[in-house]
Amino acid sequence: MSELIYQLRNISKSYNGRCVLRVDHLQIHRGEVFSVVGPSGAGKSTLLRLLNFLEPPTSGYIRFLDAEFGPDRPMPLELRRRVTTVFQRPILLSRSVWANVNYGLRLRGQRDSAPQVKAVLEQVGLAGLAGQPARTLSGGEAQRVALARAIALQPDVLLLDEPTANLDPYNVGMIEDIVRRLNRERGTTVVLVTHNVFQARRLAHRVALLLEGQIIEIADVDTFFQSPRDRRTSAFVRGEMVY
Amino acid sequence: MRGLVQAFQLIVARDPALFEIVALSLRVSGTALLFSTLIGIPLGAVLGLSRFVGRRLVIALLYTGMGFPPVVVGLFVYLLLSRSGPLGQLHWPVIPSLFTPEAMIVAQSIISFPLVAGFTMAAVMGVDPQLRQQVQALGATRWQTTLTVLLEARVGVIVSVIAGFGSIISEVGAVMLVGGNIEHRTRVLTTAIVLETRKGNFDLAIALGMVLLLLSFLTNVIVLWLQGRTFDE
Ligand SMILES: Nc1ncnc2c1ncn2[C@@H]1O[C@H](COP(=O)(O)OP(=O)(O)OP(=O)(O)O)[C@@H](O)[C@H]1O
Ligand SMILES: [Mg+2]
Repeated sequence: MSELIYQLRNISKSYNGRCVLRVDHLQIHRGEVFSVVGPSGAGKSTLLRLLNFLEPPTSGYIRFLDAEFGPDRPMPLELRRRVTTVFQRPILLSRSVWANVNYGLRLRGQRDSAPQVKAVLEQVGLAGLAGQPARTLSGGEAQRVALARAIALQPDVLLLDEPTANLDPYNVGMIEDIVRRLNRERGTTVVLVTHNVFQARRLAHRVALLLEGQIIEIADVDTFFQSPRDRRTSAFVRGEMVY
Repeated sequence: MRGLVQAFQLIVARDPALFEIVALSLRVSGTALLFSTLIGIPLGAVLGLSRFVGRRLVIALLYTGMGFPPVVVGLFVYLLLSRSGPLGQLHWPVIPSLFTPEAMIVAQSIISFPLVAGFTMAAVMGVDPQLRQQVQALGATRWQTTLTVLLEARVGVIVSVIAGFGSIISEVGAVMLVGGNIEHRTRVLTTAIVLETRKGNFDLAIALGMVLLLLSFLTNVIVLWLQGRTFDE
């Protein structure tokens, strides 16, 4: 777990002059499940957009493998394509379930993607709905398609933004299983953003608390939950308001 | 009533004069539509998807163009292409002369492209802006992102093309001015109807009118059918 896949130093992100994220120092290791918890509006989704190179930081650079991403430095396409996100509010294309899962592979010009799409659909339990228009799916099914279209790409890094919010226990269990297996069997690095501290505890190796755009504490999962350094972390873990 | 019967007979008998006129109408408006689609869809996509200095001005001009009286466009094209006009003077082979189908194509392209661009822009802006980021996250380049958004807005984009067609197939003033309604050369459905009515050839005028109505009706049916499909989705 020693190889670093991301290195962030003195990163900030502002919208209309308002700073919503400031990370002085953050390292993410290859092959770990790193969870970011924090209240609504803390900047969790913003952090993921930076990690997926969708928006540049306002200042500072993100080192990813051997490339740098910054205000004036876009990430090369091949490297950008090693990272993908399952969004908090996934938007599927108004095409079939199959076409949605195949989409990223087609963007990459990959031929003979059918076996891969089929395998992924089976993995998320949606093989029977392959031909259905994606817009007609239930919330849980749509969320699983969003996960399927991401893991079909076999990314090095999978960014998950509240992947199980508003889902029933069956769907939550299934998605958590898939993420765990992906990490163990394929070594996929996972960054999991969640409000749900229990989910972070179930899945993560390390956890960070983000408050008002700042990282308050980063620790191993056990330390984070059993003996955190910061009193705001213990309060958040106990489910108390931390503003 | 007798005119109506005779009109039917003309259509059924495939009257050569009638078919020549219909064919030219379709050729002129079809070619104009091709040009306005090639300009209008990219323009609409750019206006809908990107922010740049002067965007508002371009949109204001576009909206003006969408409501511009076609006959005034005809007048401009007439003045531009006439022998003493700024373009007519150049005598370049690519610039069409007045009273040719090509001149009519120019006028109709100018009339229809703001409609295609404007409706395409509206369709593209109706696509959830978050979708763009999400397809980028799946590895799309800028170009692939634009194409995906256009595909998501496909019904609106097709409607924009059909609306563009509707605006020119039934237009009289501009084609009359720049085409001149010359028999066997620049006579199209609308100008022929005007002429035949004046001459008292009501049967031919009605036959032409029915063909025109049918074309307009078909385009509207297609639009409604497509819109119905989006609501069903
Ligand atoms: N594109 C944007 N323009 C302006 N402000 C933004 C933008 N995106 C995010 N913000 C602001 O940045 C702050 C952090 O937003 P972000 O979505 O990252 O929070 P979050 O931690 O993901 O919250 P939640 O748990 O509710 O999803 C918020 O105050 C939000 O209003
Ligand atoms: Mg969020």
